[in-house]
Amino acid sequence: MLPLRQRGSAVIAAVCSMMTAQPLFAMSEAEFSQLKQAVEQLKKKQDEDTRRINELEWQLKQAEAGAKQPVRSAGNGLEKSASVDPFAPTGFAGGTSAAQGSRSAHAPQAGNSFNPAMGVTLMGTLGNFSRNPEAATVPGFALADESGSAGTQGFSLGESEISLSANIDHRLYGQLTMSLDGGGAAEVEEAFIQTTSLPMGLTAKGGRFFSGIGYLNEQHLHAWDFLDAPLPYRAMLNGQLGDDGVQIRWTVPTSTFLQIGVEGFRGEGFPATPGHNGLGAASLFVKTGGDIDASNSWLGSLAYYHTDADALSVSNGADLFSGATDMGIAGMVWKWAPDGNGAERQFKWQSEFLLRRQDGLFNGLDYRGNQYGYYGQALYQFMPQWSVGVRYDQVAAGDVSSPLAGTALDTQGHTPHRSSAILMYDTSEFGRFRLQYNQDDASPSSNREILLNYTVSFGAHGAHAY
Amino acid sequence: MALMPINGGKRVRIRSIVLLVAGLLFGFVAPVQARVSVFACEPEWGALALLIGGDEVDIYVAATGKQDPHLIQARPSLIAQARRADLLFCTGAELEVGWLPVVMRQAANPNIQPGTLGYLEAAAAVQLREIPNRLDRADGDVHAAGNPHIQTDPRTFLPVAEQLTERLMRLDPSHAEYYQARYGQFVVQWQAALDRWQGQAAPLRGLPVAVHHNTWIYLFDWLGLRMVVTLEPKPGVPPSSGYLSEVLAKVKATPVRMTLRAAYEDERPAKWLEQHAGVPVIELPATVGGNQRAQDLFALFDDTVERLLKGAGAGDGAR
Repeated sequence: MLPLRQRGSAVIAAVCSMMTAQPLFAMSEAEFSQLKQAVEQLKKKQDEDTRRINELEWQLKQAEAGAKQPVRSAGNGLEKSASVDPFAPTGFAGGTSAAQGSRSAHAPQAGNSFNPAMGVTLMGTLGNFSRNPEAATVPGFALADESGSAGTQGFSLGESEISLSANIDHRLYGQLTMSLDGGGAAEVEEAFIQTTSLPMGLTAKGGRFFSGIGYLNEQHLHAWDFLDAPLPYRAMLNGQLGDDGVQIRWTVPTSTFLQIGVEGFRGEGFPATPGHNGLGAASLFVKTGGDIDASNSWLGSLAYYHTDADALSVSNGADLFSGATDMGIAGMVWKWAPDGNGAERQFKWQSEFLLRRQDGLFNGLDYRGNQYGYYGQALYQFMPQWSVGVRYDQVAAGDVSSPLAGTALDTQGHTPHRSSAILMYDTSEFGRFRLQYNQDDASPSSNREILLNYTVSFGAHGAHAY
Repeated sequence: MALMPINGGKRVRIRSIVLLVAGLLFGFVAPVQARVSVFACEPEWGALALLIGGDEVDIYVAATGKQDPHLIQARPSLIAQARRADLLFCTGAELEVGWLPVVMRQAANPNIQPGTLGYLEAAAAVQLREIPNRLDRADGDVHAAGNPHIQTDPRTFLPVAEQLTERLMRLDPSHAEYYQARYGQFVVQWQAALDRWQGQAAPLRGLPVAVHHNTWIYLFDWLGLRMVVTLEPKPGVPPSSGYLSEVLAKVKATPVRMTLRAAYEDERPAKWLEQHAGVPVIELPATVGGNQRAQDLFALFDDTVERLLKGAGAGDGAR
């Protein structure tokens, strides 16, 4: 059956090679169009043959059907996934498209045919600040090293990201994301393996990855709508919480999306310190979501994070904290598009609420404090390629006892808050320009910030999470 | 369960938990006599699965006919449905590349991974057109495997239905004869419908048209319409006013009878051309559910052919 089909393409290939392999042979236009017609006719014939073959094959299969053993046993999902390609022996064009199949038959075997999907993201920003952002503080919060600064003045190269990913085998998927800062320092942002075929809707992930405790936390910086982390993320998660560890998720088999996850971390960096026997921090999260109708969908999440820090360096090394940190995060995302068609207009609401309790010693002094923070943001795409957005974020800490007065934990009677607006223009799915304005009252002295940014990606077409 | 203290006194409780877990395992993973659960990425495949699968399948469709299939979101509901699916039935050819990989990874359903029986790409059953000679994002949203809008040619559904029937028969052998019979019925009815449509659409052969996005090449293959110009300068790129004036010049030089656009595409460029060159806009249902009438596969092409004929007639009237 197959040779017939191959013969057809061989003839076409031969005709094509005749056309291309003799460029010196001057061909008149009439001859050329004749040849073209011949190719068209052959193609048509081939299509007809293919259809006829399909019919015959089908009839043959029907005849064979009685003799064949059913592939699927009465109901054991495990067995099925173990046999990778159960229908291959029947000469079925399975898996990828036929076009790919036919091409790979002629493709030379090269050492790079299993290269992983590769994507690069580039960012650059022009910042104008009414005050130098490097000295920025958030009163009431002892910040980690990376979260103090709200941006860079003037032209600056943002984070450049290189991401590689591929299926490792029939059981595992792997991803590596490296980020290069403007100074050239490379950092492993994420490097993890993840299971693809555990039963019962379970997935396990191990390595370094962004924790699933927050909606924004799971996304890479370049996928955020706004250019900077909201204040509660800055103050309590050091911008974004990534750590080395394991994560297990279970997607509950309900028609409404429900997912439960647990994570155990080494505790590398704020707000944790590496724990004994490897476990420095742990978290638990629940996500749920669904469609309200064709136009509206939503995602909600609740998470809890716990760590016991031992001499955690904060405030750029000026202070030390030892003790327990418990954190709860609640998030809600709502998306709307007319009939669910986001081509022209769409709307997205997103907000998260963070609550934190710390109990321990701050520079050797007894310290027990509660803090909270939240942000809410709305983004509206009013025509293809153009979006506008607004955001408000705020954090608040309780008053501290007198021995701690004057430290970073002292609120100075100020509630840090910020208002932002943004205008976005997408050149395509892969290129985005953003103009953002912040009225930043995180510190008692306010800062007006204007940021102009490009964010582009090239290489593999990464899929977008919700 | 790891939190449960394991001692003699708790044995009964542990046993009941084991039973519960076993119940969850077999109850959820392998619903023994349940119907085949089909996750269709686009409405046309959902409609086809209904024609072949009938009462023996449960169908979930990821998008409505009013959504641009390139821009489906990886919504939480899709993850929940993919988690439970026995068969994933999509176009393939990278049409779903922007969202399906995320859904698949999150759902982590071993039954529908690429290369398994539960993973079916319609594009694998047909010869794709417009396979690009070079891959460059400067050429717009090109698909390396070829143009994925195969559902606009009704002939596509015959080989795809065959593949689908084969899969259903293997996934659910106890109803193999049922699927086979329905497939046979479908082929007969579809052939008759094809003959009817082709007869009706005979006057459309050779008609020059403009299109918004290059959605319709398979339709043109079938009915012999001739595409003169696309309103998008490159696939997926909205037209600028400068480009539209180029289109206008081209349409003045090579008159077209109508502009075709899918219901989910931006209507403004086509309207603009209508105002400036008098080219009527014909809104076609690109898939099932694309408009009020196109509620199943037969109605989809009834409506498509009728609208095209109407467009051709309107073009005559204006001349």
